[in-house]
Order: sequence, then structure tokens, then C-alpha cells
Amino acid sequence: MQPELILLRFGELTLKGKNRTRFEDMIISHIRNLNQDHPEMRIIKTFGRVYIQLNGAPYEKVAGQLKKVFGLRSFSPVMRAELDLEDVKRKALQVMRSLPKKPVTFKVSARRSYKDFPYNSMEINQHVSGYVLSHTPGLKVDVHSPEVELWVEVRQEGVYVFSDIVYGPGGFPLGSNGKAMLMLSGGIDSPVAGWQAMRRGLRIEAVHFHSYPYTSERAKQKVIDLTRKLSEYSNEMRLHIVPFTDIQTGLKEQAPEKLLITLMRRAMFRITERLAEQNGAMAIITGESLGQVASQTLSSLNTIERAVAMPILRPLITTDKIDIIRTAEEIGTYEISILPYEDCCTIFQPRNPSTNPKLSFVEKVEQRLNWMEERITAAVEHTETMVIRRGEREEQAVDDLF
Amino acid sequence: MVYFDYSATTPVHPDVAGSIYEVLTKYYGNPSSLHKLGVEAEKLVTRSREQMAALLQVPASTIIFTSGGTESNNMAIRGVAGMWRSRGRHIITTAVEHASVYDTCQRLAAYGFEVTVLPVDRFGRVDPKRVAEAVREDTILVSIMMVNNEVGTIQPIEQIAAELKRYPKVIFHVDAVQAAGKIPLYPGKLGVDLMSLSAHKFRGPKGIGLLYKREGLKIDPIITGGGQESGLRSGTENVPYIVGMAKAFRLAVQEQPAAYRRVSELRRALLEQIADIPGIELNSPRDEEKAVPHIVNISCAGMKSEVIVHALEQRGYYISSRSACSSQEHKPSRILLAMGLAEERASSGLRISLAQDHTPEQIEGLAKALRETVGELKQVMR
Repeated sequence: MQPELILLRFGELTLKGKNRTRFEDMIISHIRNLNQDHPEMRIIKTFGRVYIQLNGAPYEKVAGQLKKVFGLRSFSPVMRAELDLEDVKRKALQVMRSLPKKPVTFKVSARRSYKDFPYNSMEINQHVSGYVLSHTPGLKVDVHSPEVELWVEVRQEGVYVFSDIVYGPGGFPLGSNGKAMLMLSGGIDSPVAGWQAMRRGLRIEAVHFHSYPYTSERAKQKVIDLTRKLSEYSNEMRLHIVPFTDIQTGLKEQAPEKLLITLMRRAMFRITERLAEQNGAMAIITGESLGQVASQTLSSLNTIERAVAMPILRPLITTDKIDIIRTAEEIGTYEISILPYEDCCTIFQPRNPSTNPKLSFVEKVEQRLNWMEERITAAVEHTETMVIRRGEREEQAVDDLF
Repeated sequence: MVYFDYSATTPVHPDVAGSIYEVLTKYYGNPSSLHKLGVEAEKLVTRSREQMAALLQVPASTIIFTSGGTESNNMAIRGVAGMWRSRGRHIITTAVEHASVYDTCQRLAAYGFEVTVLPVDRFGRVDPKRVAEAVREDTILVSIMMVNNEVGTIQPIEQIAAELKRYPKVIFHVDAVQAAGKIPLYPGKLGVDLMSLSAHKFRGPKGIGLLYKREGLKIDPIITGGGQESGLRSGTENVPYIVGMAKAFRLAVQEQPAAYRRVSELRRALLEQIADIPGIELNSPRDEEKAVPHIVNISCAGMKSEVIVHALEQRGYYISSRSACSSQEHKPSRILLAMGLAEERASSGLRISLAQDHTPEQIEGLAKALRETVGELKQVMR
């Protein structure tokens, strides 16, 4: 069935006044952005509701894009019927038939704002329920807690029929809560952390540490592909690639082996903090989850975090790996993450990394590394910034070959 | 010179040739190499795969590049036989398959496999119900082509797939080599498990093709080594031809609906104009629903098809007798025999292949040349 309209419902209904309108507008803007292929689509605000008027745009495709719109709690495809009871009945049955899961119980809720319609709400309820029941064996009416509520709204311009409900991602509109830098490693966790941050309204820019020649072009490509995947939810995303080789080799030469990871992570955070300041971001996001690896024990997190003052947000801190993987599969980053190209953390892996580094000792060691400050500044200066756009490939020159 | 032998092979599209040249000369890295040249070459392969997948509306992971239709068919049949032989040793196919399917199935008899060859009706069509009836406890594979290369018959693949749904253990392979570029092709929607395609039938180069393998289906590789194509088809990838195939298929799919309409018109004109040539009989199904318009198979009673082919060549028209792969032999066509034609008629088959680039004038010219040739030869063969 091709619905004509989509009714949108926004989350966080506790928002009132100006914020609510502003957030609605941001969501609408995001929807337009994700549906640039369909300029015929219109978004209308009417009677306190927001609808998408499809005007021929394919519902399935638009619905797919709506599932990426942060701040959208749910939406419903709406069929429009003429001001004729027979048409209303037919459309109602169509809506029921197109539900992904066939319900066992339902109820009809009719509302009539157009008083010239020859039937009142009660009568509409009865006629429509009767028609749907007689054409749907096994279906029953339950007025108290039906699985599906079939709305029939009689308005002046026509009758709108719809049922529940397709869930959106929830959260806050894209970018409505500020900007943060995501430390993107190429593993399974950091892209999921990034997506969760985006869903909660943070606009993110990705930061990746690259140690050529110790890490490969393919590892870099993997991160670009992950960024592109994430940009599907926002339209474009900036990726900062930091040349980390000098710092890593310096640490490998001069620092105690057990502290290699700790010191490396501290340096990464310091660089990210500076990039954040340069780019107007107010927090750092990582995919750290408590206890997964040596650098993610509580003690390590404590010691490493002290290298910076900026807030560090860890959306996955209490999430189980299996749930992280499931989300990664849902958002499409899992397949890319599991490609076997080494990221920088594993090459310089000590045999027994410290799981309990003492802050005072770490700070003392760091002080002795007098080249660190200089190399951090250099790394920030030589960072390559790419703008990754959804759907676009970085090499347009190659397009002609295809 | 007018080329009417598209079913044997098609001229490479100039844009495709251009792409191949670019890739051949500029992107010569081995896709498995670690350095930039390798990475670039790998990206071209990845993108080609994504493009083919998007055009076929299937996931990219289901596309395996091969050296052509024959290899794809071998891979499908031998790959299934190898992997699933402990489940059963029965294979079902039809009497009108291409040699790379028919022959390969027969050869498996040496490994203890039994092959049921289903008959076809006078249109060359197999009955879906008979396919289902032939399924046994030990059947592991059904291989049926989508469009016949000699006469153009379209097999009821969707209905066969529907029948085979009841036998989830039976793997369904479709040789779609002659279908690609002529009719819409969506293996995911058809419900088939394996599908073969070959680039040189849709204006790509010879020596490249692909096998679609449904997600989750396991088959044995037949070419093993470096592990390319997820271990299913080892060997350094033919990057220029892979890119060429992707481009050729994109062009073919784009033009397919208009091409089909145009070729249908050309076919109607041709059939009209040869209708009264004495001794010429139409072997392809006349009904437009039953066969693709691109292939017109005729027989000329009492005349050697080879002689007609050369005589037409003299007059500037290239057609073929029987299928190109078996032109050396003088046996009657296995396909025409299976359709119930008499041996003499089945030995004098001629195949004319039409394409959207042909003009009504060229059709007229061919018909006229055929008429003249038949007239002359009749005199000589008294």
C-alpha cells in the first residue's frame, strides 16, 4: 500500500515552549537532508501535528530514512480516504493488512472534526470495525488494551486512517546538544559509541590515530568507511587523521614497557582535547567499556583520564560486548569493523600491559619524556582533516570508469 | 558487414573498452598487495562488486567473479556436488541446457551421481510441476537455464522456484547467461540459490563473468589457492575486466526496457519478411510471451546450415548455425531434437540474433539475402 502521508511523533515530550519548536524544526531539517533524492516530499505542520506529504515518493525508502532521524520517537503511515464511508472502510482494511505483524486484537478510534460528515464517531467506529472484522478472520475487538489502535480522523479535506507504529531511534535532534570529538579506532566499539552520542543530540567529529608505516593504508580506509557509515545518519562528518608515528616510536624507545599503552592513551587524549578546542567541541567520546582490556580497567581509566581536563563521555561504559555487537550490526558498522587491518594499539602492544598504573608514577615517567609536548603539538598541526559525505566517494576521478 | 550473431558474443561497448584500457594501463596493482597500488586496485574490485550487486538488487557479498559463464556453471554444479554429496547424489536438469551445464552434470556420473534430464515441450519449455515430481529424497541440485541460447525460450523460473520451496534442501541453480541484459534479472526476488552470468553476452569482454550465490549457501570452491573471493575462487582478480563487466551491465540494465521493445519490433518485421521463403521453418516459439525476441532460430529444409552461413557471409551477413560452442560438429541440435523436431530439421538450424542497434533496413537486407541464398542453393542441390 502506498500511504500518502506520514504522521510524525517526537520524543522527550517534556520539552515546552520555544525549545520544542526549535527541536521540531531541527528534526524537520534533518528529515529534509536525508531525503534530498525526493524533492517532491513536503513537510507540513498542522493542528499541532507534523506530517510528511509523500506526493509520490516511495514510502519504504522514506521510512528507511526516518529510522535514522534522531529525536523521532515514532511515525505512522497514513492513508487518506474520501469523505465517503465505503472508501474509509476500504482504506481501513488496507491499513490493517499492511501491518508488519498481524494483530490478534484491535480497536477503532474515530474522531470527527468535520461535523458535516453524515456519521458520528460512534457510528464510524462500528461501521469500520465491522468491515475490518468481517474481512479478517481471527481478529477480535478489545477496547481496553488492543494490540493495534486504528485511528480514523474525519477532517474537512478528507479522512485520515492510520495505526501504530514504526519506531524511530528516539533521542534528541542531531546536533541539538552541542559538539564532541569521537575517538574512532576502527574497532567494534567506537563507532557504536559515536552513533549513540549522535542519537543523544551530539554532533560529532571523528579523530583517528594513524601510525604509518606501522599501520596500513587499509586500516585508514577502514576508518574512512566507518566514518562514511556514520555520516549516513547526519549527511556529512569530519574525520581528523592524526600522524602518531613519532610519538609511538618515541614511547617504544624510552618508556617502560608495561606503561606503553597507558602513556599512549594519555597522549591521544591530550591531542584530542586540543582538536576539540580548535573545533569548538566540549567533550570527548570514546567506546571504552569497563574491564574489556587492560587500558579499560577502572584504575587505568582513572590514570589515563587525568591527562585532560575536558569531560570524557563513554556511552558504552556499562554495556556488555554482545549488546555492543548487536547495535553495531543494526547500524551497519559491524561488517566494516571486523575487517582484519591492525589499528595502532596492537602493533606497539606490550606483553603484559599494566592494568593498575599508578598516577604519580605515570606522571613522573611522562615528565622525563621531554620531547612529548613538542611532538603532541606537531601531531595536532599535521592532522589531516577530511570531510566525509554520505554516499560520496573520495575519488570522483574513478567514477567515469564505471 | 552486418553482425547478426549477438548470442554467440557481442561487440564490446566502446565506453567499456575505454574503461578497460584505463584500468589496464593505470591501475595495474594486485588487489592483495599491501601498498597503495594494491589498495586502489582492490577498491575498483569492491566498487564493481557493489555495482553489480546493486543492479541485481542483491547484497554485495553474494557476488563471486569468475572467468565467464562456463566457469560459473561448473562452479555451481561441481561446487554443490562436492559440498553436498553426503546428502544425496541426484541432480535434475533439462534436455535443453547449454553444454557447460549438460556436459558437467553428465560427467558427475563418474562420481556416483545420477542425473535426471527433464524433457521439454515443443516450445522448449519445461513444466514446473514435472520438476517438482522429479525431486527425490536424495536430490541435491536442480539446474535450469533462464533463456535458451539456441531458440530463445524463457523457462518458468519463478514458478519452478515456487515449487522447489517445498524442498528446502534442494539447491536451485539458474544459468542466466542469455537472459542478462535482455530481460530483468533479480535473483533475490526469483528465489534461486545460484545464478550464472557472462559479460560477453551484454557487451562486456570475453573472459569474465560471475556467480550469484545466495547468502548462507555453502559450496565447494573448484579453483583453490590464494583465497580470493572469500576463498570461493582463488586467483589474482582480473581487475580491468571486472570493471568492464560492471560498466557493461550498468549500460545494459539502463537500456534494457527500450532495447526489448525495439528488438521485438525488429523480430516482427523479420518474421514477416521471411514468412514466404520456401522451405524456411521457424523453430523458436512464435508467441512473444514464450521467448525473448532477440533470438530467432529457423531451419531450412534439406540444406546444410553451414553452407547457408557462408553464403550469407558472402553477402555481408553474419549469423550462426546451432550454438557457437558446438559449431564443429554436424550432429543435429540436441535442443531442437528435445523440442520434438525431426532429425533433418534439427540438423539444419540457423540462429539469427537481433540487437537494438540493428535497423529495419538491415533486417530487410538480411531477409532478402536469405531469400536469394535459399533460391540459389535449391538450384544447386537438385
